[in-house]
Amino acid sequence: MLAFNLAYKNLLGAGLRTWLNVSVLSLAFVLIVFYNAMIDGWNRQSRDDTQDWEIAQGQYWHPDYEKYDVYSLNDAHQQLSEQTQQIVDKGVLVPELIQQATIYPQGRMQSVLLRGIPKEQEVLKLPTDCLLSPNKPNVAIIGKRMAKAAKLQKGDAVLLRWRDKNGTFDARQFTIAAVFNCDVAEADQGQFYVDYQLMQEMMGFTNEATLLVSKLEQNPTIDHWTFQSADRLLKELDDLINSERISGMIIQMILLMIALLAIFDTQVLSIFRRKKEIGTYIALGLTRQQVVGIFTIEGAMHSLLAALLGAIYGIPFFIWVNSIGINFGSADMGITIAEKVYPYYSLRLVVLSVIVVLVSSTIVSYIPARKIAYLKPTDALKGK
Amino acid sequence: MDDKVIQLQSLTKRFPVGNGYFTALTDINLELQKGEFAGLVGPSGSGKTTLLNIIGSLDVPSEGTATVLGNSIAQLSQKQAAHLRNHHIGFIFQTYNLLPVYTVYENVEFALLLQNMSANDRRKSVMQALEWVGLTDKEKSKPSMLSGGECQRVAIARSMVKKPQIVLADEPTANLDSKNSHHILQTMQTLNEELGVTFVFSTHDEKVMQYLKRKISLADGRVVKDETVMADSV
Repeated sequence: MLAFNLAYKNLLGAGLRTWLNVSVLSLAFVLIVFYNAMIDGWNRQSRDDTQDWEIAQGQYWHPDYEKYDVYSLNDAHQQLSEQTQQIVDKGVLVPELIQQATIYPQGRMQSVLLRGIPKEQEVLKLPTDCLLSPNKPNVAIIGKRMAKAAKLQKGDAVLLRWRDKNGTFDARQFTIAAVFNCDVAEADQGQFYVDYQLMQEMMGFTNEATLLVSKLEQNPTIDHWTFQSADRLLKELDDLINSERISGMIIQMILLMIALLAIFDTQVLSIFRRKKEIGTYIALGLTRQQVVGIFTIEGAMHSLLAALLGAIYGIPFFIWVNSIGINFGSADMGITIAEKVYPYYSLRLVVLSVIVVLVSSTIVSYIPARKIAYLKPTDALKGK
Repeated sequence: MDDKVIQLQSLTKRFPVGNGYFTALTDINLELQKGEFAGLVGPSGSGKTTLLNIIGSLDVPSEGTATVLGNSIAQLSQKQAAHLRNHHIGFIFQTYNLLPVYTVYENVEFALLLQNMSANDRRKSVMQALEWVGLTDKEKSKPSMLSGGECQRVAIARSMVKKPQIVLADEPTANLDSKNSHHILQTMQTLNEELGVTFVFSTHDEKVMQYLKRKISLADGRVVKDETVMADSV
């Protein structure tokens, strides 16, 4: 307690020097928390959006289905068994039939993934109810990115060409029933959604599907279907976001290093200038190790003051940012990111950040303070 | 009962200088009794401060023995030496060495904090020590707000607050004018007489010498004269 009290008084006694160090360190602290909160916020939003729009609680894949191999689509479809159909009928599994196709917007040719999805499904956020159109039998929905790329909008007609189960080309005019706004690029770019029943009829694949999207928390084993958990399907997204986190850490570390360098410099100067004080402590009955402790605590307390100062201006800043979000514009980056990202501050993040700053500032405070242990008290009293 | 608080036998102190050694003290043999008001006198470089540092367990002899309150200084661990200084030895320095960020009260209290004394007892002891030196009205002042004489009185209070058996004062009047010098010397003399604390000075100030009851003269690291002065000479 004595060491804390003395360190606190010495810090405040040092005036501007202390506050400069504390300010730089608090800035590093706030930025570390903010950056990581942004990454966490992005991660949470992206995961939630991807689950809402694309994968739900997981997917059952046809054994031959390869997400990034369009050629696998030709063979990656099979009939739903009676048992599977029963689960589908409960509304907890959504069958999707996926095939390659081509659209011809304004005479241009564009490859798309033709996805048949039940218009009555409620597992994914896709506005499939728009596929229910008694007046126009051939309607489709597309995402805003797809609409932009194909220069299509709601109500436009576009020619779709595909091969049926016999490899025969067929084509129909489709009307865009809705253009949905979704942050998940995977559910939008190059995707052309039509009704599941209609697609079965177009392809000649009766009661067949490529994959089944599940909303079940506990997913049973279904024969001839390979279950892909949500965590597994989100792994690429997690990896991408973590790589962003790591690249951000480099900048955070540089900022933290600058702040720590200032503390280190202050400690070196402090020990050099306060030798007489060190000698006095020893003369008054402190051991040299206790004096090392006082100086280390003094340096480390920069981080506690920085945390307090950071909280004073950081908390209102965090609350404000959280209320407005950070705008990422059109978010046409090919990755799942919301137009507005809201930082997510967890207790774990704040505690971890405090620990990182506290431990690192304690280490840089201790390194120069170690010298005191080798200082002769008689020399220290002379200020040598 | 043995009243010897300091015993120095054949004490020699050498410091390494370049490839050789500089001998600061040679064959010092001294004994100081409880309650003495003694001074190590001599010119600069005669070894006064070195001897005071060894008595204060801030340094160790190169040869011979220094026994303070029954403790052989050379045998003490860092922790034991710190305990001896904290509980039994008070220091007064030429430049006061007050902690600038602490108030007068806190500077005096510092030594007691290390002794884990209760807050109530600390308060009583600190106020008593400040009363001895006549600074009760300055308890909340910082050292920077005090005169040199007042700073030295705070240093005396700090050294006395733990009621040590020995007070070592290294040139305590060197930075003070005549009036303040006499004031603090009278204070120390009173404390010596009333509390029976042993005072050992290092000085070459004539004003201090007037108050000493025993003068140990040093020259070139040797005791050249050890005389007892009549108490009524001041």
